[in-house]
Amino acid sequence: MYPAPFDYHRANSVDEAIGMLSDIGEGARVMAGGQSLLPVLKMRFDELTDIVDIGRIPDLNQIEENGNGVSIGALTTHSCIAASALAGSVPILLDCASGIADVQVRSRGTIGGSVASGDPSCDWPALLHTLDAEIQCQGPNGTRTLDINGFVEDLYQTALQPSEIITGIRFKRPGAGSGGAYCAFKRCAPAYPTTSVGVQLTITDGQVESARVALGSSGLTPIRAQQAEAELEGQSLGAGQIGRAADAAVAASDPVDDQRGSADFKRQLIAHLTKRAIGIAERRASGEQVVNSHEYY
Amino acid sequence: MSERIGITVTVNGTRYEREVEPRLLLVQLIREELRLTGTHIGCDTSYCGACTILLDGEPVKSCTMLAVQADGGEVLTVEGLEKDGKLHPLQEAFSEHHGLQCGYCTPGMLMSAYYLLEQNPDPSNAEIRKGIQGNLCRCTGYKNIFAAISDAAAKMQTGS
Ligand SMILES: Cc1cc2nc3c(=O)[nH]c(=O)nc-3n(C[C@H](O)[C@H](O)[C@H](O)COP(=O)(O)OP(=O)(O)OC[C@H]3O[C@@H](n4cnc5c(N)ncnc54)[C@H](O)[C@@H]3O)c2cc1C
Ligand code: FES
Ligand code: FES
Repeated sequence: MYPAPFDYHRANSVDEAIGMLSDIGEGARVMAGGQSLLPVLKMRFDELTDIVDIGRIPDLNQIEENGNGVSIGALTTHSCIAASALAGSVPILLDCASGIADVQVRSRGTIGGSVASGDPSCDWPALLHTLDAEIQCQGPNGTRTLDINGFVEDLYQTALQPSEIITGIRFKRPGAGSGGAYCAFKRCAPAYPTTSVGVQLTITDGQVESARVALGSSGLTPIRAQQAEAELEGQSLGAGQIGRAADAAVAASDPVDDQRGSADFKRQLIAHLTKRAIGIAERRASGEQVVNSHEYY
Repeated sequence: MSERIGITVTVNGTRYEREVEPRLLLVQLIREELRLTGTHIGCDTSYCGACTILLDGEPVKSCTMLAVQADGGEVLTVEGLEKDGKLHPLQEAFSEHHGLQCGYCTPGMLMSAYYLLEQNPDPSNAEIRKGIQGNLCRCTGYKNIFAAISDAAAKMQTGS
C-alpha cells in the first residue's frame, strides 16, 4: 500500500520546521518516527499535501535531569527511554517504554509523537497524567508550556495550535516514599492496549498522601480518574480502599465495544489493572523492586 | 506529482544513490528498486515483522518507514547475514532446528534474532520471546525458532 503522493521537507531545526508548517498551511503534517502517521497515510485516512520531517532535528532526543526536574526531548524514542538511567530509577517509565508495541516500533516511535497524536490508545499521554507532566510547545507565536491535563481534548484532537510542535515533556522526579506502576493488557505485542491503568502513590507513615490514577484506551481521551484518587488519599491501603478506587476508576472510564473486546470486558479489566497497579505502586513506594510491563496472552 | 528526492543508502555495505518519490516505502526501495527480495512484505500494516531490517543497527519495520527517512543510513537485510559464502550461525541453526516451514517470516525473524544476540549474546528463554515478539509466524508454533536462536547463541559464544 502506498500513501497518496505528498511533498517531503526535512527540517534541521525547530524554527525551520515551524517556518515550513506556517508557509505550507493546512495540508502540512509533522512526522517524527512515523509509527502512527505512516499507517494512517497507507490506509489513506488523512489527506495531507506535505510532510515536514522533524525526525533529525538535533538535541530533541535528550533526557536531562536538573535537580529533581526531568525533561525528555520530544524525539526521544520508546527504546531510548527504556534503556535510560532515568527509567532505571523511575520504574513506571520502564513499565511503559518497554511494553509499547514491539522492538521494531520502539526503535522509531517517539514520546512526542505519542502525545501529539491525541490517540487515546497511546500509552504516554495516560502515563504522563500520573506524573503531573507539562508539555513544552513551540509555534509561530513563541514557546508555551501546557498541562498534560486537558492536553488531549478529544479523539485525535490536542491543544496544539496550527504549526505548533511539541519540543519536550517535563515533570518532577517522584521523591522518596513515592512509587508508581503502569499496567496494560493487550492481545499481542504489536497491538495497542485493550485498556491500561497508571498509578502513582506517595505514602507517608502508611498513609497515602497523594494519589494519581489515569486510564488509557478507556475512552475518547486519556482519563484522569479523580474519584479513584480521592478514595485513596488520606487512607491506609487495604482491600476496601483499593476495591473502591477500582470501582471509581471503572466509573470514570467510557470504553466501547470493538475488536479488542466488549465494553464489559474492558470494565472488568480496568478494575483488575487498577488493583494490580495500586499493589505494585505501593510495593515500589516502600522501596521494593518489582518487574512489570504490558501483558498479553 | 510530488517532487523526487535524492537519497543515498548503504545496503549490506553497498552504497546506492536514487531519486525517489517521497511516498516510496523503504521496503519497496529494497525489494523493487534494489532487487533485494529477501526482505518480505507480509501484512504491510506494521503487524507481522516479515519486513524487519536493521537501520543504523536498530530493527525497524521497513513497511512502516519512508525510503527518504533512511537517507544517509546503513541498512542490513537478510542477504547481508551471509559472509564469504558462509551462512550466519543463526541461519545454520534455523536450518538445523527446522525453525521454518514456509519461510515467509524467516528473513524478519533472523533480523530480529540477529539484533537480539548483538544486544544480549546469552539471552534467557523469556528474553528470546521478548526479542522476537514483533515477528509473527503462522507455521512453526515458535518452539523450533526459540530452539534455533538459543542454539545459535551458544555456538556463537563458544565460537564453534
Ligand atoms: C504496530 C504498532 C503498534 C503500536 N502499539 C502501541 C502501543 O501499544 N502503545 C503505544 O503507546 N503506541 C503504540 N504504537 C504507536 C507508537 O508508539 C508511535 O510511535 C507513537 O504513537 C507516535 O510516535 P511517532 O514518533 O511515530 O509519531 P508520528 O507517527 O511521526 O506522528 C504521530 C502524530 O503526531 C504528530 N507529531 C509527531 N511528533 C510531533 C511533535 N513533536 N509535535 C507536534 N506534532 C507531532 C504527527 O503530525 C502525527 O499526527 C504502535 C504503533 C504501531 C505501528
Ligand atoms: S510487512 Fe511490515 S510488519 Fe508486516
Ligand atoms: S515459517 Fe511460515 S510463517 Fe513462519
